[in-house]
Amino acid sequence: MRDALEELLRRAEEELRHVSTAEGLAELRTRYLGRKGLLTTLLRNIGQVPPGERPLFGKRGNEIKEILTGRIEAALASLSAAAEEARLRSERIDVTLPGRPLPFGRLHPITQVCDEICAIFSRLGFTVVEGPEVETDYYNFEALNIPKDHPARDMQDTFYIEDNICLRTHTSPVQIRTMERMKPPVRILSPGRVYRPDSDVSHTPMFHQIEGLMVDKGVTFGDLKGILTYFLRRVFGEGIDLRFRPSFFPFTEPSAEVDIRCVMCGGGGCRVCGQSGWLEVLGSGMVDPAVFANVGYDPEEVTGFAFGLGIERIAMLKYGISDIRQFFENDRRFLDQF
Amino acid sequence: MKVSLRWLKDYVDVDMPAEELAGILTMAGLEVEAVEEAGPDFNGVVVARILSVRPHPASEKLHLCEVTTGDRVLPIVCGAPNTAAGATVALATVGAAIPGGYVIKSSRIRGEVSEGMLCSEEELGIGEDNRGIMILPPDLPLGMDLRKALDLMDTVLDIGVTPNRADCLSIIGIAREVAALTGKTLRYPEAAVEESGEDIRDITSVTILDPDLCPRYTARVIKNVKIKPSPPWMRRRLEAVGLRAINNIVDITNFVMMELGQPLHAFDYRFLEEGRIVVRRSHEGETFVSLDEKERTLRADTLMICDGVKPVAIAGIMGGLNSEVKDDTETVLLESAYFNPASIRKSARWLGMGTDAAFRFERGIDPEGVVRALDRAASLMAELGEGYVVRGHIDAYPHPINPVGEIPLRIDRVNEVLGTAIPGEEMASILSRLEMKVRPGDPGTYLVVPPTFRVDISREIDLIEEIARVHGFEKVPVTMPVPTGVPEAPAKGQALRERIVPILRGGGYSEVITYSFIPSDFARRLGLREEEEGPKIVKIRNPLTEEQGVMRTTLVYSLLDALAGNTRAGIGDLKIFELGRVYFSRGAGVLPEEKNRLGLLAAGCRYDQSWHHGDLQVDYYDLKGLCENLLRHLGIGEARYEADSSLPFLHPGRGARVLVRGKDIGFIGEIHPRVAARFDLRRKVVLGELDVDALAALWGEGEIGFREVSRFPASSRDVAFVVDEGVEARVLIEAALGQGEEILEQVSVFDVYRGPNIPVGKRSIGVRFVYRSLARTLTDEEINEVHERIVKAVMEASAATIRT
Repeated sequence: MRDALEELLRRAEEELRHVSTAEGLAELRTRYLGRKGLLTTLLRNIGQVPPGERPLFGKRGNEIKEILTGRIEAALASLSAAAEEARLRSERIDVTLPGRPLPFGRLHPITQVCDEICAIFSRLGFTVVEGPEVETDYYNFEALNIPKDHPARDMQDTFYIEDNICLRTHTSPVQIRTMERMKPPVRILSPGRVYRPDSDVSHTPMFHQIEGLMVDKGVTFGDLKGILTYFLRRVFGEGIDLRFRPSFFPFTEPSAEVDIRCVMCGGGGCRVCGQSGWLEVLGSGMVDPAVFANVGYDPEEVTGFAFGLGIERIAMLKYGISDIRQFFENDRRFLDQF
Repeated sequence: MKVSLRWLKDYVDVDMPAEELAGILTMAGLEVEAVEEAGPDFNGVVVARILSVRPHPASEKLHLCEVTTGDRVLPIVCGAPNTAAGATVALATVGAAIPGGYVIKSSRIRGEVSEGMLCSEEELGIGEDNRGIMILPPDLPLGMDLRKALDLMDTVLDIGVTPNRADCLSIIGIAREVAALTGKTLRYPEAAVEESGEDIRDITSVTILDPDLCPRYTARVIKNVKIKPSPPWMRRRLEAVGLRAINNIVDITNFVMMELGQPLHAFDYRFLEEGRIVVRRSHEGETFVSLDEKERTLRADTLMICDGVKPVAIAGIMGGLNSEVKDDTETVLLESAYFNPASIRKSARWLGMGTDAAFRFERGIDPEGVVRALDRAASLMAELGEGYVVRGHIDAYPHPINPVGEIPLRIDRVNEVLGTAIPGEEMASILSRLEMKVRPGDPGTYLVVPPTFRVDISREIDLIEEIARVHGFEKVPVTMPVPTGVPEAPAKGQALRERIVPILRGGGYSEVITYSFIPSDFARRLGLREEEEGPKIVKIRNPLTEEQGVMRTTLVYSLLDALAGNTRAGIGDLKIFELGRVYFSRGAGVLPEEKNRLGLLAAGCRYDQSWHHGDLQVDYYDLKGLCENLLRHLGIGEARYEADSSLPFLHPGRGARVLVRGKDIGFIGEIHPRVAARFDLRRKVVLGELDVDALAALWGEGEIGFREVSRFPASSRDVAFVVDEGVEARVLIEAALGQGEEILEQVSVFDVYRGPNIPVGKRSIGVRFVYRSLARTLTDEEINEVHERIVKAVMEASAATIRT
C-alpha cells in the first residue's frame, strides 16, 4: 500500500509537469485531491493496511496531500503572475514621446548677471541700495566733481528733462546720496538703469550699471585691487589675468580702468578686444577728496574706493553676445536661452 | 590723439618697438587704442636701374629706356633730362598708385610701349625737386618697395587722452611723458626768432576789453610771405596725425598746434581794418561768417577777436572768412593766446563747433607756453614763406594766471592712500622726472611746484596719482580690507523682488527688460486721455527719437511693444513680466516720483504647444490665477477683484481692479481689441500691472496664521444656484462666509453653466460647501442644519433659485 502512495505521488508530479493552464490544474486537483479523488480514495482504504503500518501510511498520505496542494498552488500562482505580466506588457507606452511641459519662466540675462555680482559682493559685506533714475545735475555731476562747462562732461552725453534735471548717466549719484545719509564705514553696491543718448551695436540709450563704494578708516588702493581682483576671479574664473591701468574719472583719484585678458582670444588679439588682447571691464579709483568734502566726510579721517561696471558688457562677454540691442528686444528665442 | 612716431623721435629718443612703447604709455594712463602703419601717399613704386637709353624715334624729348627691377626688364618711355644708363631710379610699376589719384597703366607713348613710369620726388610727394627723375643711391636693392628702401614708413599711435591730460594733446606733451617714463632726455624744438625791419608797435596793437575771458593775447607780424604748398616733410607730418595740408602759413599754425599744443591763428593783415586787434564779447544776435563759410548767429558772451571795426574770428574756435589767409596774402598777423577754458567750451558747445583749437583751449593750455609757440610759428613762417618777422612781439597779459604754488606732499600720506611703502626719494625722483620742482619741506614732506602745463595738478592727491601711475599700479600690493561695522539690511523692495520672481517663473512667465522711455504719443495709442495723462508725463528734452520721447507712466505700452516685436518675428505665445519703474512728474524743478511696478502679460496658448493637449488660449483667469498665487505665496492673502471698465486700453467687460484690504494695488484684464489692433495683435492678450511699492508695504504685515489640521472627516454638499447674469460669484461666496459658521471649512465654485434648462439671462453657479470640525466627527443633522441656513443666506444675497 505504501508503494501505491509513492506511485501516486510520482504520477501526479509527472502530470503536473505537463499541465500549463489554470483549468488543467483545477482538473488535476479534483482528480487527485477531490472528495472522490485518487489520493482521497486511497487514504479512505486505510482499513486494508496492516494495523502496524497504519500510522506511517496515514502520515505519509497527509504529507503527499500537502506536497501536491503546495505544488498545484505554486503552479497556479506562477500562471497568474505570467498572465498579469502579459497584460501589463500589452499596456506599454511610448517612453520617447515628449514629457508634459511644465511652466518655467526665464530670468533676463541682465538680471542673472546682476544677481550674481550682488551675491559676490554681499559675501564681502556690501549692501544693495537704490536711488532715483531721474536725477538732479548736482547729484549726477557736480557733487561728483564734474562742474558745468567742464570737459569731463564730454565723457557722458546726457538726456535732459530740464536745465538741472537729467536721466542719470551712471549709478554714481547713489554714492553721494548714501554718504549724505550715513556716516562711515560705508560698503554699498548700487545696481540700476542708466541712460545716455547713444544707439548702435555696442550702445543702447538705456543700460545697466553697478556702482560700488567702500569708505572706512585706512582703505587703500591696494584694497581696491584686492576686492576687484577677488570679484573678477569669481565672475570670470580663478585663472583670469587682469591689470589695473591708470585712467581718469572726475570723482576718483588715482583712477584705474580694470582690464581682463580677452576671454575670446586669450590675449592674442581679436575683433572683440580690438587686437589689444585686453578687455576693459570696469572703472575704479580712490574717492576724490573733493567728493568727500561735498558730503561732509573728512578726507583726512577716511579714505575709500569706488568702482562701476556695465552689466551688459559683462553679460556680453560671459555669453558671447555681440549686439547689445538684443537685450532690450525681448525676443522669446533670445530670452529662452538663459 | 594721433602721434607720429617719426615726429615724436624729433624730441625724444625711442629705442624700442612701437608696441612696447604703446604698452608703456597705456600702463601710465595714456591708453594707446591703435598702432597703425602710415606712409607716403603712393604704392607699387620700386627701386630699379636703367640699363640702356635710346632716343624715341618719334620725339626729340622722350627716351626709350630698358629698366630692370632685378627680376624683370621693362621698356619705359621717359622724358626726364637726367635719364641715364646705370642710374638707380624710382619706378612706378603697372598698377602703382601715385599722389593725385593716378594709377599707372601699361601704355603706348607715340607708338612705343611703356610698362611703367620713372618718377620725380615731386611726383611721389616726397620732395620738391621736379627737374628730373629721382636718382637713388646705387646700393639700394633692386625691386624693393621704395617706401621701405628710403625708410619713408611711419608708425602712428592713436592715444585716448583723458580730459585731465590737456598737456598731452601735443607731440611734445607725449614726448615729455615718454622721457619721464623711459629716463631719456627731452629736446624742445628751436624757437629763436630772427627779427628785422619795422617795429610791431608801429604796425598793430592789441586791446583786450574782456580780460576775464582772454587773460593773455600775444601777436607777431610776418611780412613778405609767399603763399605756397608746405614742404613735403611738413605735409607728411600733418597727414600722419590726421590733418589736411592747405598752404604753408595755415599748415604752420596746425603744425605748431600739434607740436606744442598751442592753437594759433593767422590773419591776413590787409583785411584787418585799422590794422589792430580788439578782443571783446559778442552781442546777442550778432552774425559772423566763419572760415567754413557758414553764417553763425552768436549769443551774447561769445568771445570774439575783432579788428578796429568788426569781428574777424570766434576766439579759440574758428577764424573768419573775412580775414583768412589767401593765395596773395603778403602780411600775416599771427595770434597766440590763452582763453578762459569754460568760456571756450560753452561757446563751442553752443555753436556746435568742436574744433581742434577749441578742444585744446577748453581743456586748458599752458599759459606760459603762449610766446614760445608764437615764436616757433613765426620763425617757421619766415623760413617757409620766405618772408621776415618784424621786430618785437605784442604780449597783452592783463590778467596773469596765477601759478599753483608749492603743494605740500606728505610721504606717509602717499603710502597710506596707496597701501605701499615707496621711499620718499623715489617719490621725489618721479615728480622731478615729470618736470616738477621738488624740495624738502617739514620732516617727512616735500614741497612740490608743478609745471604750468600740468593744469590738472593743484593738490596733494594729484601728486599721489602721479606717483602711483609712474611707479606702476601693478607694483601696488594686493590686500583685502577687513570689514568693520555691521552691514545695512537690504531694502524691503529688494527682498520682495527675490520672493516675487520665483513665483512668476513657476507660473511660466519670463522676465523682460524694456526701455524706460516710450513714444511721446503713447497715451493716444493706449486710448488714454492725453489731457489727463499730459501733466503727469516726464518729457525728455533731447530724445534720440520721438519713439523714446517720454518716461513711461505705465508698463502697459512696453509690454505690448515687446509682444508686438515677438509677433512680428512669428512668436505669438508669450508670457512675460517686467519689474520696472514708472515716472510721474511733480512739476517743474522737482524730481519726478518713481514707482516700482510689476507688469504681466500673457498671449496665445496657455501651455507650450504639445501632443498632450490642444491649443488652449489664455484668458483673464490665467492672469487672475497668477495674481492669486502671487498674493497667497507672499502671505498677503486674498485680494478682491472688482469689475472695472474705466481703463480705456482694457476690454470694458473683462477688466478688474485688484484690491487688498481696501487698497488698490493695480489691475488685470484683457486688452481692448481696438488697442490690440494698433499693435497689430490679432489674438487675445491679457495683461496687468501691480504696484510693487504697495505690495512691499502689505508684505510681512500679516504673518502667516497657522491653523490646526483637523483629524476628523469632512463632509461636503454641492448646490447649483441659478442667478442673473449680472450677479457675480463673489456675492455667493461672501454671503456664505458672512454667516460666520465655524464648521464651514471651505466654499468653492466647482461649475458655471449656461444652456438648456437654464433661462436665458441667467446662469447656474455650482458651489461646494465643505464642513468639518476640529473637535469631532459631525453628524448629518448638525451639518444639514448649518447648511440650510447658509444656502438660504446665499439665495437671499444673490436672488438665486436652486437648480434641481
